Amino acid sequence: METISHTSQAKPNYLNADYGLKSWLLTTDHKRIGILYLISISVFFVLGGFFAMLIRLELLTPAGDLVLADTYNKLFTMHGVVMIFLFLLPAIPSVFGNFLVPMMVGAKDLAFPKLNLASWYIFMIGAGFIMYSVITGGLDTGWTFYTPYSTTYSNSNVVAAALGVFITGFSSIFTGLNIIVTVHRMRAPGLTWRRLPLFIWAHYATSVIMVLGTPVLAVTIVLVALERLFHFGIFDARYGGDPLLFQHLFWFYSHPAVYIMILPAMGVISECIACFSRKRVFGYDFVAMSSIAIAVLGFLVWAHHMYVAGISTYAALIFSLLTFFVAIPSAVKVFNWTATLYKGSITFETPMLYVFAFIGLFTIGGLTGVFLAAVGIDLHVTDTYFVVAHFHYVMVGGTVTAFLAALHFWWPKMTGKMYPENFSKASALLVFIGFNLTFFPQFLLGYLGMPRRYHAYPAEFQVLNVLSTAGASILAVGFLMPMIYLAWSLQYGKDAGDNPWHAAGLEWKTSSPPPTFNFDETPTVTWEAYNYDEIDAPGGPTHNKGVEVAG
Amino acid sequence: MPDNQVATQDLKHHFADLEHQKATSTFGMWIFLITEIMFFGGAFAAYLVYRLYYFNAWVAGSQTMEIKLGAINTVVLICSSLTMVLSVHFAKLGKRKLTAICLLLTLLLGCTFLGVKAVEYHGHWMHHEVPGPNFHFEHEGNYDPHQVMIFFSLYFAMTGLHALHMIIGAGLLIWLLIFNARGRFTPEYNTPVEMVGLYWHFVDLVWIYLFPLLYLISHSHNG
Repeated sequence: METISHTSQAKPNYLNADYGLKSWLLTTDHKRIGILYLISISVFFVLGGFFAMLIRLELLTPAGDLVLADTYNKLFTMHGVVMIFLFLLPAIPSVFGNFLVPMMVGAKDLAFPKLNLASWYIFMIGAGFIMYSVITGGLDTGWTFYTPYSTTYSNSNVVAAALGVFITGFSSIFTGLNIIVTVHRMRAPGLTWRRLPLFIWAHYATSVIMVLGTPVLAVTIVLVALERLFHFGIFDARYGGDPLLFQHLFWFYSHPAVYIMILPAMGVISECIACFSRKRVFGYDFVAMSSIAIAVLGFLVWAHHMYVAGISTYAALIFSLLTFFVAIPSAVKVFNWTATLYKGSITFETPMLYVFAFIGLFTIGGLTGVFLAAVGIDLHVTDTYFVVAHFHYVMVGGTVTAFLAALHFWWPKMTGKMYPENFSKASALLVFIGFNLTFFPQFLLGYLGMPRRYHAYPAEFQVLNVLSTAGASILAVGFLMPMIYLAWSLQYGKDAGDNPWHAAGLEWKTSSPPPTFNFDETPTVTWEAYNYDEIDAPGGPTHNKGVEVAG
Repeated sequence: MPDNQVATQDLKHHFADLEHQKATSTFGMWIFLITEIMFFGGAFAAYLVYRLYYFNAWVAGSQTMEIKLGAINTVVLICSSLTMVLSVHFAKLGKRKLTAICLLLTLLLGCTFLGVKAVEYHGHWMHHEVPGPNFHFEHEGNYDPHQVMIFFSLYFAMTGLHALHMIIGAGLLIWLLIFNARGRFTPEYNTPVEMVGLYWHFVDLVWIYLFPLLYLISHSHNG
């Protein structure tokens, strides 16, 4: 191991190719831009988590005693805006998509490296506007910017925040555009569509949503801003404007946006589960196509957010049916992952622990989504904590869990260092326990009728709320631990070698950290994706893997 | 400078050859134009919804439009598309001077369009047809003036966003003119001209839809 580490130290890579702030801020290397994104979104994750902790602290007691009602409105709004627009949407595509897509397709870079750097700057400028809104008194419209409250009545700085969301939208469009073009045009020789890793299929589907959905949000926000600034009347019922039109336009993007957050996470799970079961993903074609199916169907379900908003019953029933359809490709994925485990040589490294957490939590989050898609149940639990619990099971239990899986799985590739396995397993456990303790009581609270977005509640809900707040503090520790031990591992971590997991995939066939242009020479692909049977076959590169790890 | 040297200077490191690079750029531009379709699509959807809600108000609003100015602008834009496609053509042939002339003509026609649009906006301003507290609209017909305000809101939003795209396009044309003057475009490498061309045609096409929807389609109806 020693000799290997010395040679990989000496080898020029994307981290030691150049030094200094300028070499990072003006880089067009997709790997460095991925790192820039990783640092930025981590900061926003901490900020959004800070707002969440204040929310949970307020809800520890039934009385509104920690913050004023107005302040509470701002806290949940800023928690939502920061977490969704500045963390969840860019989290996996802009960090791992950026870092891995070119390597997985055997390219030297994304198709448009300058556009890629521009997307980070655009993201930061948009984030700047949102932060400006936060520090000049905060935003209180909810992350959904519903009219006419956002256009007429809110006294907070709506225009700055809306402008920020508008601008970050373009960074998302540019990332999506770059990924689509890269997958189409930059694949290595022999890398046919059906040999692509499922991570790529998931990101391709995500990018299609980004490219088709985000512009609609952009124009909607332009109309909101115009209305607020000049009283145009488009969404104002006093002038015959239709506030529901805003909701239609908003959810036309924002429901597919949920799939922007979850599809890349699903791609991560496919990569990890194949590696740690030492098997090809069961039903590769179905898993790949289910990503595309989710992207397509995801555009047809938006009005299930509006059952009680005044749409017709018939429309509600049709959207209900269409929403049930989305559950099918999601279930295809879950069943195929589970089938992948069958007769696999399963090992329990940290990324795999997160994979197991993901499958369980996403299943709960997804199935409660089916409950909510049913009009009758939705009428009962609309705007209650049931909804809050549902989407946190998908967004945190799904996306954040997969983000952590990805971070641990590809950390050795990104940095060339191993993270400390014991600490990371402990933190994975804390995340799982803390998460369930935080959000499972919220299902019960919602079903019992506790509405969301209030800073005070009747005393009979207190026990469950105390459980939830206690869980949140455990979850916070679980999230902070990786930040500490991963930073520690940069200096003190063991050298990882090029492929510590003996994983398939082109990104593992280059050195860790990779050289600036990823591969010393463009690879030619002659094998199918996830060829673990060949890798582990007698005489294959990792036969008797256990012995090698022990040595 | 020999040809192959020019080629290496223009070829970005991560592409196999210039053809690969150009095909990739074109593909990316088309994807970007799809996002633009979705961007304007949101506004067109709002237009459609309100036209169905408030047909009479739509007719009343539409009948105040200066069809003559709109028609002139339509011709101006179609001509600018012609000069744009010619500049792409000449850039591919490597004729620097003709490329410059066509680019300049496109720029002038684009500015003409914006000038005429400004005249129209000024007219609406003078007639208190700009949405807001001072909006005032009195013509014959069976409608609520507030609903006409929504028509004008969408009119200004849609033509305003279109004009913004024209201004960005004008900036791109100036950038092309500078690069062309420096002799950066050759028969082998002229991708930027073609990309801006695609963008310019798209923006023209948006107007081709805006003109009938806002000016013509309701004109002969009686409100």
